[in-house]
Amino acid sequence: MLRWLIGGGREPQGLAEKSSVQTIGEEQVQNPYTELLVLKGHQDIVRFLVQIDDCRFASAGDDGIIFLWNAQTGEKLYELHGHTHKITAIAPFSSSDVTEEKTDLIITASADRTVIVWDCTSARQVQKVSCFHSTVKCLTVLQRLNVCLSGGSDLCVWTRNLDLLCKTSHLTDAGINALVELPKNCVAAAVGKELIIFRLSASNNESEGWNILEVKRLVDHQDNISSLVSVNDLTFVTGSHIGELIVWDAIDWRKQASECNFWDSSVHPDVQPEIKLSQSPHETSVQHLTSDEECVFAAVGKGIYVYNLQMKRVIACQRTAHDSSVLHIEKLPNRQLISCSEDGSVRIWELREKQQLPAEPVPTGFFNMWGFGRANKQANQAAKKMQENTPVYFLELVGDLIGHSSAVQMFLYFGELGLATCSADHLIILWKDGERESSLRSLTLFKKLAQNGDLQLRL
Amino acid sequence: MISAPDVVAFTREEELEDDLYREPPLPEEYSVPLFPFAGQGANPWAKVAGSKFTRDFILISEFSEQVGPQPLLTIPDDAKVSGTFDLNYFSLRIMSVDYQASFVGHPPGSAYPKLNFVEDSKVVLGDSKEGAFAYVHHLTLYDLEARGFVRPFCMAYISADEHKIMQQFQELSTEFSKASECLKTGNRKAFANELEKKLKDLDYTRTVLHNETEQQKKANDKGYYTTQAIEKANELASVEKSIIEHQDLLRQIRSYPYRKLKDSEFHPYEPESALDRAEVGSDQDPAASDPAEPGETHLYTHVPSYTPKLIKAKSAKCFDKKLKTLEELCDVYFFTQTLDQLHHIERTFRGDVCYLLTEQISRALLKQQSVTNFLFEDVSFLDEKPPEKQYRGCQGLGQDAIDEKCSEESLAPKVVISLGSYKSSVECVPIKMEQEMEDSEEPKLSESVMSEHQENLDYLDADIKGSISSGESIEVLGTEKSGSGLTKSESQASLPVMASPQAGRSKVGSRRTVSEDSIEVLSTCPSESLIPEDFKASYPSAINEEPYVDDDEGGLRFAPRANPGVHDGQDDISKQESLVQVDAACCIGKESPNFLEPLPELGQKPCEEDGVVRIPPQPYHRPAEQGLRGGFPSHEGLSGGLLPYEPDSRYLSGSREVSKSSLDECSDSTSYISSAASTCSDRTPSPARLACAAGERHRKRAGQNALRFIRQYPFAHPAIYSLLSGRTLVVLGEDEAMVKKLVTALSIFVPNCGAYAKPVKHWVTSALHLVDFQKWKLIGLQRAVSPAGVNVLHALSRYSRYLSILDADSKTLRCPLYKGTVVARLADHRTQIKRGSTYYMHVQSILTQLCSKAFLFTFCHHLHLPISEREPEESVVNRRMNFLKLQLGLANEDVKIVQYLAELLKLHYIQEPGQGGNPLLRFDYVPSFLYKI
Repeated sequence: MLRWLIGGGREPQGLAEKSSVQTIGEEQVQNPYTELLVLKGHQDIVRFLVQIDDCRFASAGDDGIIFLWNAQTGEKLYELHGHTHKITAIAPFSSSDVTEEKTDLIITASADRTVIVWDCTSARQVQKVSCFHSTVKCLTVLQRLNVCLSGGSDLCVWTRNLDLLCKTSHLTDAGINALVELPKNCVAAAVGKELIIFRLSASNNESEGWNILEVKRLVDHQDNISSLVSVNDLTFVTGSHIGELIVWDAIDWRKQASECNFWDSSVHPDVQPEIKLSQSPHETSVQHLTSDEECVFAAVGKGIYVYNLQMKRVIACQRTAHDSSVLHIEKLPNRQLISCSEDGSVRIWELREKQQLPAEPVPTGFFNMWGFGRANKQANQAAKKMQENTPVYFLELVGDLIGHSSAVQMFLYFGELGLATCSADHLIILWKDGERESSLRSLTLFKKLAQNGDLQLRL
Repeated sequence: MISAPDVVAFTREEELEDDLYREPPLPEEYSVPLFPFAGQGANPWAKVAGSKFTRDFILISEFSEQVGPQPLLTIPDDAKVSGTFDLNYFSLRIMSVDYQASFVGHPPGSAYPKLNFVEDSKVVLGDSKEGAFAYVHHLTLYDLEARGFVRPFCMAYISADEHKIMQQFQELSTEFSKASECLKTGNRKAFANELEKKLKDLDYTRTVLHNETEQQKKANDKGYYTTQAIEKANELASVEKSIIEHQDLLRQIRSYPYRKLKDSEFHPYEPESALDRAEVGSDQDPAASDPAEPGETHLYTHVPSYTPKLIKAKSAKCFDKKLKTLEELCDVYFFTQTLDQLHHIERTFRGDVCYLLTEQISRALLKQQSVTNFLFEDVSFLDEKPPEKQYRGCQGLGQDAIDEKCSEESLAPKVVISLGSYKSSVECVPIKMEQEMEDSEEPKLSESVMSEHQENLDYLDADIKGSISSGESIEVLGTEKSGSGLTKSESQASLPVMASPQAGRSKVGSRRTVSEDSIEVLSTCPSESLIPEDFKASYPSAINEEPYVDDDEGGLRFAPRANPGVHDGQDDISKQESLVQVDAACCIGKESPNFLEPLPELGQKPCEEDGVVRIPPQPYHRPAEQGLRGGFPSHEGLSGGLLPYEPDSRYLSGSREVSKSSLDECSDSTSYISSAASTCSDRTPSPARLACAAGERHRKRAGQNALRFIRQYPFAHPAIYSLLSGRTLVVLGEDEAMVKKLVTALSIFVPNCGAYAKPVKHWVTSALHLVDFQKWKLIGLQRAVSPAGVNVLHALSRYSRYLSILDADSKTLRCPLYKGTVVARLADHRTQIKRGSTYYMHVQSILTQLCSKAFLFTFCHHLHLPISEREPEESVVNRRMNFLKLQLGLANEDVKIVQYLAELLKLHYIQEPGQGGNPLLRFDYVPSFLYKI
């Protein structure tokens, strides 16, 4: 790998070709991020980034400190101290009241079994609650109802000021992994292998009170549910640790489609007979799910898969998108997809239609990397049939961002302001479009010139 | 082969002109111009014939009342320097031209001896026999034992080059004034100390005598006085008189108005404990060194409580007594300070005058480039002085001779700012104020002022020339100081008239206008109440002279703004305001409009003529021009300085005579001149601090290394391109010395990111991180075989997209391709340049060109922002690229260099002074290539 350094004289991409991970090299025409700002402040792994408004975001991590940043300038706005242990969940909570002026709150939960609400404008601690029996692992804000849900060993419903409205009984010791809002005042909570649907309802005796009721338990997953995402009002998707993906109806909570079957009858459509017999479950775990209206994007192990909801099949995949597990993915408006990984890199992908090479087999299989067997041939044929009438897609690497020296935990896409990435190396990096920044600076420059009166011609 | 006549033709010597007529003459542009300062066939490269010393030196001599003129010390303190040069003889000469008018002792009509606070005089004189020319600075120090309490001294800068003295007159004068001021401050302090002790002695003596008389009275009831008793009574009376005299002297010396030396590196008044100790030491010294001194009072040991001595009735002036040394006169601390200053002067002015001038001009110009100068210039020199503002102030001053508009500008507060740091600002500013008052009252008058000034100038010139033509071997070439008693009173008389329309505050200022000698006004004032509390005996060791200054300055600062408003209409006020506004800006205020205006036709208008290349400082280029004509340019600058004082003459009366005298007067108050005229010169040149000397050496070495690098490595161009375009270059190697050498060599190509240290890290042994590339643009990295070393290499390959890597061991370079032309000029491996410093200058000149391009590019509005709102971004981008390629003539990758520099300029300009700003890392996704030898 370092041969060129030692005097080999070969391009690094040439070397990289041999590894299974696709690389792009140093010439990245489509990569807009040509400027970066390193934001220092955290003293431990930074795990969470949340957007507060158009130009502010908060970061939190294992050092228990929350930082507020200006996404444009990279300026550190505030440092919020209050938690003594690492932060386990963070959620923005901007008030939707028309009567009040807009206040931006963020709610954080920590391993010290406290939950704190912060005011982002004054950097004040609004309320702190420490009556939890276990660590709160997830926080969800139901904007519509103006309440907040915390999920630990039980599920609690809070007001904006952290007044407890109601709570469930003790559910499990493991605690709730993920929460997602569903229509009709329902929430889905991932508890181990189970998916529990709760309904929030106004209580009978009190006008102000709320009740939370368990409505249904779904036990279709074989393993722990690791990710949960709501696609639209009608569907939500769950992914499990061993790579099952289930599409649910959000109204009646029925299973619409499932990809877990692929697992056993796995076909390997790839022509290259690359056999990986020993694949650890870790490498097939669904780390993160994201979606747009049409597709669900899943980060599975080192790969990225695109599942089309209408076609109910995987339309594109990149089996080894990174050298290591993909931790977070996000879909951008412009058909691009960004993924970050434990290998410390961030990659930008573009979903493209494949136009030529009709003979080339299309990856129809899903999560089927470790097996390949008898069904291979049939699957291939099936795939060929399919591609005749449906468009075929593939993920193309259009750029990568290398800056972090350790796992990139998460990122936050700020549109044209750029991209914020946080990492286990304690840093946050703001990636920016150099061209845009340059012209912004010019603008500021001329503003300042005018301000100083230097624009007038003096004789 | 070049034939002999050809060679001659290159030098264009007059004698051979006839022979050359036959040959086709060499085109003008190929001929070497004559050395501009070569007057009467002098060979510019040879040492001036006849000089007996090898290099410039500073001589301090004294006109001793015992032995006459005698040299005290030379700087540098080396016998070789003065060589066979007769210092004694020269001392005699320079001491004989002291034009200080010193009234000492008992002036007629005054009961007590009066101290005269004489101004220093500054004289240039030449001794053609010795081949020596000198700037001579006369000063007097007080000594209780000396005749008339004064000891005349002089400091002389002696050089074989007459032109150097003449052209550097202002600078020399300023620097020597500092030294002199330091000496005098110390001297006043020591003198006051001495007086106090003497007073105690006298007091003690009086008590003793009194007691004795009383005893005698008691013992003697015969009714008549013995001769002894009468003697005692007389003695007592004389002691009492002496006490009064000394008290008066003490009061005088303490009331010497404090002129604050704001100069940052010059703290004569520092109330350090160290200082006190030094002082104690100095006071003890004389006691220890000459205990045998005949029963004079000054034999004391300074202990916190001073034990008075009995004084003999008659303190006969004896010629065998030992006079105090200069060191004793001035207190050790101040003496060493002065020596430091003199050493500094020597360092500053050594070398060829051409070099000095060029250096000064380029420094002056560079200081003005406040927008771009941080990029490649020495940080130390930029920090050296409070920058541009002062300079601009000076500029205003210089210009106000030229046109009215400028003169109005010059009265803007920036002048005050600029003067704030001059010690003699006190004298100067009120004058400015008057001028301005004039202007605002009758703006049209300035022409007449001009002409009048011209006359005066002529007069001055004639004066000088006259003295030159005298055939004596010592010629007084110029003098600033002349007798001042008369004119002073005149100008004093005129003052109330000037000051009357003004507010009380400015009156304070105008009283000081009179000259420094206004001390006299204060010191002769009989009322005890004038003396501040601090000056009274309660505080024995130091003269506390401070309290005046701030108030005055406040008044001065206030005055210029208020005046035009009072005298003129709204117009002026608004003008003032805009000026004030502009002042806050950097010097871009002057330049950018010129670029912004012609934007539609981008750079077609002749914006250059007063834009970037504006030649600013009067005293700088003027001397040069004057020098070509063989005049005495420094006086040009000098008289320029007189200008602001001009209007004064009209107050006196229109007559020629009086205006002459006023001229005299103002030319006498040297410090005024040095402040007004040299306002322009003072700050800017004062170069060559210690840091600079070190910088010079560093530059030379870096230049030499860079030259070697260019010759040695065929891939020097892409490496330098990397540096110039902001891509971090890592020099990787096992041998620390070699890596550091390469880093030093390459560091001259690294643009600074701000006004801080260069982003260069000479030696790193740990793995690099992204943050390092933000901070450093040139890094020397250790290649190690240890596991840590592998990590280092891994980090390098990981971040390879941000880096260019120069492997010093295997002589390879991995970096993006470069196909531009700028670097080729910058680093031509076939260059004929041999010397490191020369090459360094070559690099600087090309980098400066780049800077100016970047400046143009940055500050052209329409290159970055759309002309109309609907204009699409692409057309702006097109325009930008066209400008870079066509207007600035940049090819390929050169564009990126200028873009990077422009980005730095933007960041630097935008950045608020307080905050450091986040360091950005900008990069490109471009492929790298591997170069090998």
